[in-house]
Amino acid sequence: MTEEQSARKEPAVITVKPEWCKGCGICVAFCPKDVLEMEGGTAKVLRPDDCIKCMLCELRCPDFAITVE
Amino acid sequence: MFNYLEYIRESNFPHIWCAGCGDGIILKALIRAIDKLGMSRDESVMVSGIGCSSRTPGYMDINTLHTTHGRALPFATGVKLANPDLKVIVITGDGDATAIGGNHFIHAARRNIDLTVLLYNNYIYGMTGGQCSPMTPVGSKASTAQHGNLEPSFNTSGLAIAAGASFVARTDVYHVQQCEKFISKALQKKGFSLVEIMTPCPTAYGRRNKMANPVTMMEWLKDNMVPVAKYDKMTDQEREGKVSAGILCDIDKAEFTAEYDKLIKKVRTE
Amino acid sequence: MENDSSGQIRMMQGNQACAEGALAAGCRFFAGYPITPSSEIAEHLSVALPKLGGKFIQMEDEIAAMGAIIGASLAGMKSLTATSGPGFSLKQENIGYAGMAEVPCVVINVMRGGPSTGMPTLPAQMDVQQARWGSHGDRGVIVLVADSAQESYEQTIRAFNLAEKYMTPVILLLDEIVGHTTEKVIIPERSEYEIIDRKKPDLPPDKYLPYRETEDLIPVLATFGTGYKYNVTGLCHNETGFPTNDPAIIGAQIKRLTDKIIIHKKDIIRNRMVMLEDAEIAIFAYGSVARSARSALAKCREAGIKAGLFQPTVLWPFPEDDIREVAGRVKGFVVPEMNMGQMAREVERACRRDTPVHRLNRVDGQPITPGEIVDLIKGVV
Repeated sequence: MTEEQSARKEPAVITVKPEWCKGCGICVAFCPKDVLEMEGGTAKVLRPDDCIKCMLCELRCPDFAITVE
Repeated sequence: MFNYLEYIRESNFPHIWCAGCGDGIILKALIRAIDKLGMSRDESVMVSGIGCSSRTPGYMDINTLHTTHGRALPFATGVKLANPDLKVIVITGDGDATAIGGNHFIHAARRNIDLTVLLYNNYIYGMTGGQCSPMTPVGSKASTAQHGNLEPSFNTSGLAIAAGASFVARTDVYHVQQCEKFISKALQKKGFSLVEIMTPCPTAYGRRNKMANPVTMMEWLKDNMVPVAKYDKMTDQEREGKVSAGILCDIDKAEFTAEYDKLIKKVRTE
Repeated sequence: MENDSSGQIRMMQGNQACAEGALAAGCRFFAGYPITPSSEIAEHLSVALPKLGGKFIQMEDEIAAMGAIIGASLAGMKSLTATSGPGFSLKQENIGYAGMAEVPCVVINVMRGGPSTGMPTLPAQMDVQQARWGSHGDRGVIVLVADSAQESYEQTIRAFNLAEKYMTPVILLLDEIVGHTTEKVIIPERSEYEIIDRKKPDLPPDKYLPYRETEDLIPVLATFGTGYKYNVTGLCHNETGFPTNDPAIIGAQIKRLTDKIIIHKKDIIRNRMVMLEDAEIAIFAYGSVARSARSALAKCREAGIKAGLFQPTVLWPFPEDDIREVAGRVKGFVVPEMNMGQMAREVERACRRDTPVHRLNRVDGQPITPGEIVDLIKGVV
């Protein structure tokens, strides 16, 4: 197992900064594993265990509001 | 996780852009490109005009110059020519660059001055409330084209190539890794380099054109941006509504500030 | 052309003298666009600047030229553009930007007749109010004027000094007669004139605030690339340079843009007073008209008329207090100008209607002759 592969096995820590999130829904719509959902106007992390750390939610968040560790 | 906080002016956040506006996605791609290239922010200047895109410099911790409408390129030309050691990045929009700043756009490309231009193309004047721009597609609606736009739009990247640019690429914020890659290539190019970046404006464009939801606009980019190699083989009919993406021009040629330095050496030894 | 020409006597036209004066002042960047009757300034600097390691660029239009010199100034170069009426109109938005962002630079306008394309090759003084009020918004401005090739040289140096000192665009007005008259210029020795460079920040980057309110109301802007990363904008901004919507900050900022010129007006204003001590009638004249006025003055004195000359070398801020002082001593002012009375109105305002102001206006592209001024004075006396 490569270092990268083992890093991916670690559970993801996904953080949403609610004060910066404007609730556009882009992260939710394009997450390949349906990890995120919209709740009360901002993105919420509902299924972090399913995250494969593709990073697309972080890359496409226009509001600098979501990070994946 | 990428640590953007190191590169932004955090006290100015949250930014002014609307929910689902792609401008923040571009800023992040630019930050990553700058980080990976190890560029010195002390020796870089970000210059912009007026409009939504042109508010970008205010959010980045770098030398920033927010100028008048359409005039980012002349200001940037002055900065670069006065001190060619500075890396100069120009942020502009479709209205700023191709309408009021159209003359400067073609002449900066013609001069082939070493500027990296990121042109945020959202098909509309967002800041002023959704008026049509020279990039608004025929038939699209805008606050000043409520019956549908009659005017054909510029092929902006084609215009830059014809005028003499060294590097021209078109990408979009859905294909965000490609966007970062092209910005990085443009930053490394010595000469006039343009990255035209398709970015959604759900508020001013989407709302009037059945794409009010930001996700719908991103879906549009996903479905309609076509790799240039494929686009070139398509018939006119197939190209309807599609936009080509990729590196459209990448050539090496004489750069203006380098040529000016040669001129100085020549006249001083005469 | 090189600075080693100091002390020499040379023949040159006013436009060339501006170019030479700019180089002497330390100008190393010129951006311009061809326009009659100012193009010789650009032509001369296109030859001279690269020899000094400086940069010359002919831009795609007047607006671009104004933008380029602001950019170059922020990158640390003393910067100049030159133009004439129509080009001056085009530059106004970016001149206002330089005023708002407090970026030093010099704009020379060799005045021709207007409106519109007007009289490209003929003299006028029709832009004296445009120089004051041409760009939108309220701010203090500095506008100098020159009457000869000699004064073109000296006033160009002064324009750069004032720009750097007060962190503002400075406008120098010539008229076509001054721009195109070839005459003697004594190049001053370097020790005879002062060169002022803008202040550098005295605080480290983490403590630096570009638009912090200072006692003299003048900001200290760091040169791009020297480690001070800050924001420059034409939007109303706070002391950090970032846009603000706070009415208190906006109000203070806009007021300061006017105040920073007004509180220093004694340092800025310079007048030439000729035979005003015992004068009964004062001629107010500037630019090439001041030359006719000096000649008229001599003729009046020969004829026993006690005339004097008030010649401003700075039109804005307007020398209101000095005019007022002279107005208390004379029976009237005569104001000959190559426009419809643009500065005469300012003289009237300064006199507060206590002293009559007699106008002499020519707008046909012809110079005002000494004889015309003498005739008016005789009529008044």
